[in-house]
Amino acid sequence: MSPIALSLTLIFVLIPLLLSRTLNLGLEKDTIVATIRSIIQLFAVGYILKFVFDSDSYLYILLMIALMIFAAVHNASKKGKAIPGILWKITVTIIAVEVLTQAILLGFGIVPATAQYIIPISGMVVGNSMVLSILFLNRFTSEMESQKNRTELILSLGGTPKQAVHTQLTDAIKASTIPTIESQKTMGLVQLPGMMSGQIIAGADPVQAVQFQLLILFLLLTTAVVSSILLGFLSYPSLFNERMQMIRQTNS
Amino acid sequence: MTTYEPAIHFKDVRYSIDENPIIGPITGSFPAGRITTLVGPSGAGKTTVLKLCNGLISADSGEILVEGKPVGSMEPTALRRKVGMALQDAPMVNGSVYDNLALPLRLQKKEISEDEAVSWLEDVGLSSDYLHKKASELSGGQRQKVSIARTLVNRSDILLMDEITSALDRASRREIESLITRINQKYGTTIIWITHNLEQAISIGDYTWVLIAGELVETGESRILEDPADERVRRFVKGELQ
Ligand SMILES: Nc1ncnc2c1ncn2[C@@H]1O[C@H](COP(=O)(O)OP(=O)(O)OP(=O)(O)O)[C@@H](O)[C@H]1O
Ligand SMILES: [Mg+2]
Repeated sequence: MSPIALSLTLIFVLIPLLLSRTLNLGLEKDTIVATIRSIIQLFAVGYILKFVFDSDSYLYILLMIALMIFAAVHNASKKGKAIPGILWKITVTIIAVEVLTQAILLGFGIVPATAQYIIPISGMVVGNSMVLSILFLNRFTSEMESQKNRTELILSLGGTPKQAVHTQLTDAIKASTIPTIESQKTMGLVQLPGMMSGQIIAGADPVQAVQFQLLILFLLLTTAVVSSILLGFLSYPSLFNERMQMIRQTNS
Repeated sequence: MTTYEPAIHFKDVRYSIDENPIIGPITGSFPAGRITTLVGPSGAGKTTVLKLCNGLISADSGEILVEGKPVGSMEPTALRRKVGMALQDAPMVNGSVYDNLALPLRLQKKEISEDEAVSWLEDVGLSSDYLHKKASELSGGQRQKVSIARTLVNRSDILLMDEITSALDRASRREIESLITRINQKYGTTIIWITHNLEQAISIGDYTWVLIAGELVETGESRILEDPADERVRRFVKGELQ
């Protein structure tokens, strides 16, 4: 894209700004901040990626992935404050999912072990694992809150914490993974997936683009299911003490 | 005055939530093989006392002994099966009435036969027609009955009943009262029964605890409620204290 064409894309920022101003929506400040941040962040990433690709050093690849994981954990852990030790639980979850998926991809030689493949795929895995963690935590904490008396019932009848949270846990796991599964059903019908669109615009063969998109879709299925199950089994024990009592959440 | 062997004994028990004292210090006993009724105004801490007895919560200080053993030394699931509880709001798990009656045993990887489930249902005054009804479609009173039956399935040595007849009509209440009395007499089960109905507290109770604002203000044979010594209990019985 020529620099002039790139600058002209700012028209798409001006439209919401003008509308917001005339209709008093008060979105101007956020829009400007979002625009500036996206320009800086994406260019920074672009140059960093270029550097990493050129250097072709596994150290930089690892560093890059560590950075992604750090940002993802930071983001997701804001949602699970009610669960003690949530920070390291999300860290373990995301790292485990990343290691598992890369092990399969590289181990079976599905993609070449180069930065060009490892980094973008890691980005999608880590990003989706983060989103799933957030979805799961939202659902799980609200299930636990609304089903408190059932949890107490099962404990009172001599059940273990695991038995007491079983329904809430599986409901939260299902609810958080269903959107991923559902969205695959309409894939390609309603909208072209972003990655595939990007590849096609950049000049790739559409069938080739489809093949990669399928790889990513299947990868994200594993990411979704493994993330929420792992996080679920890591989180529930910290809601109980060693006397198998519900720990009161101080939500002040 | 008769002395009883305690099934559960509280010694200087205190319990607080977020630094707010809820209970205590309480010292007192629930006599073994007897029916103790636990009365007091709303929010006095009655439910809290029951939850302390079966280890759903732990005291901040003091000691609770179940048949002479500190509750803290007992395995929680074993304690809760030994000291069974019917919760105040009679919560149900998803599924049928049968699923709910089967729950206590399923938690131990055992099953209950339909015949056995029906006989528990009949004990609490529900016909076998209810067995496959959805638990979520029961009325408040029917839920209480299922909840009582479900608690009985564990055949506990000590039963904690938290307002189990509050939603029942007169006839159903009588039926439950005679069922619990029968269990008490037949198996020597110790019963601790919270009720807001003072007539019931006197008629079914051998012994009574009066709890006001987290304090055990009076204990003794249930007829103490007919002519209480303590001024606060007097006002509570007259309905002047809430
Ligand atoms: N989870 C909780 N969080 C905060 N406060 C609580 C909690 N559970 C109980 N309390 C407080 O403890 C006190 C005693 O409650 P408890 O349920 O034992 O009363 P109760 O005597 O059973 O009342 P009721 O007759 O209404 O059932 C109340 O003031 C209540 O507000
Ligand atoms: Mg209560």
